[in-house]
Amino acid sequence: MELVEAIILAVLAASTPLLIAATGELVAERSGVLNLGVEGMMIVGAACGFAGAWLTGSIFIGALFGIIAGTLMSLIFALMALGLAVNQVATGLALTILGIGLSGLIGAGFVGERISPAVHLHIPGLTDIPLIGRVLFGEDGFVYVSIALIVGVWWFLYRTRAGLILRACGDNHVSAHALGYPVLRIRTFAVMFGGACAGLAGAYLPLAYTPFFIPGMTAGRGWIALALVVFSSWRPGRLVVGAYLFGAVTILQLHAQGWGVGIPSQFMSALPYLATVIVLVLLSRARTGGSTAPAALGTVFVPDR
Amino acid sequence: MQLVLEKRAERSGTIALVSPLIAIGLTIVTMVILFAILGKNPLLALHAYFIAPLTDSYSLQEIAVKATPLVMIAIGLSLCYLANAWNIGAEGQFLIGAVAGSWIAVKTQGTDAGAWVLPAMLVLAAAAGALYALIPAICKVRFGASEILTSLMLVYVADLFLDYLVRGPWRDPHGFNFPTTAEFDPVATVPLLIEGGRLHLGSIIALLVVAAVAILLGRTIKGFEIRVVGAAPRAARFGGFNANQLIILTFAVSGALAGLAGIIEVAGPIGHLQPGISPGYGFTAIIVAFLGRLNPLGILIAGLFLALTFIGGEQAQIAMKIPLDVTKVFQGILLFYVLACDSLILYRFKLVFPNRQVTGGAG
Repeated sequence: MELVEAIILAVLAASTPLLIAATGELVAERSGVLNLGVEGMMIVGAACGFAGAWLTGSIFIGALFGIIAGTLMSLIFALMALGLAVNQVATGLALTILGIGLSGLIGAGFVGERISPAVHLHIPGLTDIPLIGRVLFGEDGFVYVSIALIVGVWWFLYRTRAGLILRACGDNHVSAHALGYPVLRIRTFAVMFGGACAGLAGAYLPLAYTPFFIPGMTAGRGWIALALVVFSSWRPGRLVVGAYLFGAVTILQLHAQGWGVGIPSQFMSALPYLATVIVLVLLSRARTGGSTAPAALGTVFVPDR
Repeated sequence: MQLVLEKRAERSGTIALVSPLIAIGLTIVTMVILFAILGKNPLLALHAYFIAPLTDSYSLQEIAVKATPLVMIAIGLSLCYLANAWNIGAEGQFLIGAVAGSWIAVKTQGTDAGAWVLPAMLVLAAAAGALYALIPAICKVRFGASEILTSLMLVYVADLFLDYLVRGPWRDPHGFNFPTTAEFDPVATVPLLIEGGRLHLGSIIALLVVAAVAILLGRTIKGFEIRVVGAAPRAARFGGFNANQLIILTFAVSGALAGLAGIIEVAGPIGHLQPGISPGYGFTAIIVAFLGRLNPLGILIAGLFLALTFIGGEQAQIAMKIPLDVTKVFQGILLFYVLACDSLILYRFKLVFPNRQVTGGAG
């Protein structure tokens, strides 16, 4: 029983950064912007988040640093892809390359340093309930924030007028523009939200997942988050399922390595990446009745006056 | 008052020519600021980056050696990008090519295998790179899976596979447990062009690739199809061009070139297979492709320039203790400026004054 609880806790921890980053990207993509720079924003968020926490001794300020760093990175993207109408795929790649370099530069002084990781919630009585107590009432703050974020995004997209307008921009920017909505401004906010989430997701890694910073510690999670958005068919509910499934794959392969299954560890480590490819293929194949992607996703929009 | 983009009536030829130069200029200005923030003398740092590597023969050769994989990979990528197929997994295809070619080198080690070894390695590496690139291409064409994400995921898989081989079955038994194969035999090594120098046959191969692709794009129907499918998909459909077939073709060619670059790097300057054989060539090549405007000759020049930043970065680290990551920042910023300047080929800035009529009426 203890093992089951430990595995569930580990899966939640591994899924949380994926869920946070993918939630942000979902909003950006729903507004019609494909930002492939998630990995870059995450890794800068990780470096700045750790720097913030190490300098101030506060996990909260560290997380705030991560959010600000991710938002600033996304502003570069917005300036290029929205302001200058540059190809979004190329801009996103550039953002990732820049982010990896920047994080190395920022984080260089902090490699080898340690901080005390984010504290876990503890409610006497509730947290001590066997099996579900620690899962429900004993997580770190990031886990609760991630769930609040995805619920909030679902409510925003489907239950508010602003969410409807945002989705309209993503499906047909010409019509949205003709109706008088400021397409580029709405998209800029959506991209900034995506950046803030990616920065927070990155900061989660050195602040809660492992209490230290190593260069390249995001290890492709930003890309997996992008794949998760595709997996979810751009729907918040399915995003949660996808994120926890991927977290489970990651943890299972780690445990399998620990149990000494006779498969080389590198093959097990490759599993999450291979799973991503397989899932993308299966899903794209299953979707015969037309694409569920926002219709204007990734296309350039220059308003005519 | 507001600054907005406006579409030009036709693309600006002047800006198309000077935009890479403007981008490099803006990048250097940004770097000067970055060096100043890092507390380094910007002039000395720029000298270490861009002038010092050009002053001695060893560094000049080293630039050509570094440019070789960059140019070969970028040439292949440019074909993909022209056809609007987004192969960003060249790094993985590079590694798989290196692994496949090394397989022959490892298996023939210490035998009296003849001069066929190196050509066989090159062919096998190209084939393996092409096959590895076909995975995302086929997933895209058959199932509609995003080639961007699948090709990138396969980079991590290739990296782990190489790691497994050099730590497991292919590890040099006399290598003090280091994760590396034994040094390749002379017949499995890319010959040097100058005795005792660094320049090797791979650079010649890269030049041949540039020439071949220049002919393909400029003089053949296939090249024309590639350009039309990317630039005007609707026109291409009316013309009866098969876009899916071109995705397969361009992915296969770029994978083959990346694989070839991989084995040349391993059997040339490195001499054995080990983890970390690439400082991100597959990703830097994306920058090279765009900086070279997806044009073979442009890519050759851009490849040499990016190679200069690699060598300059190493020298700046040794001479001035500037972190190596500055090179990556530099390359990322450069790509941003290149893309931004390219935007000005199609668009121009215009100042608009909202509600001008209203204020005019009041005055």
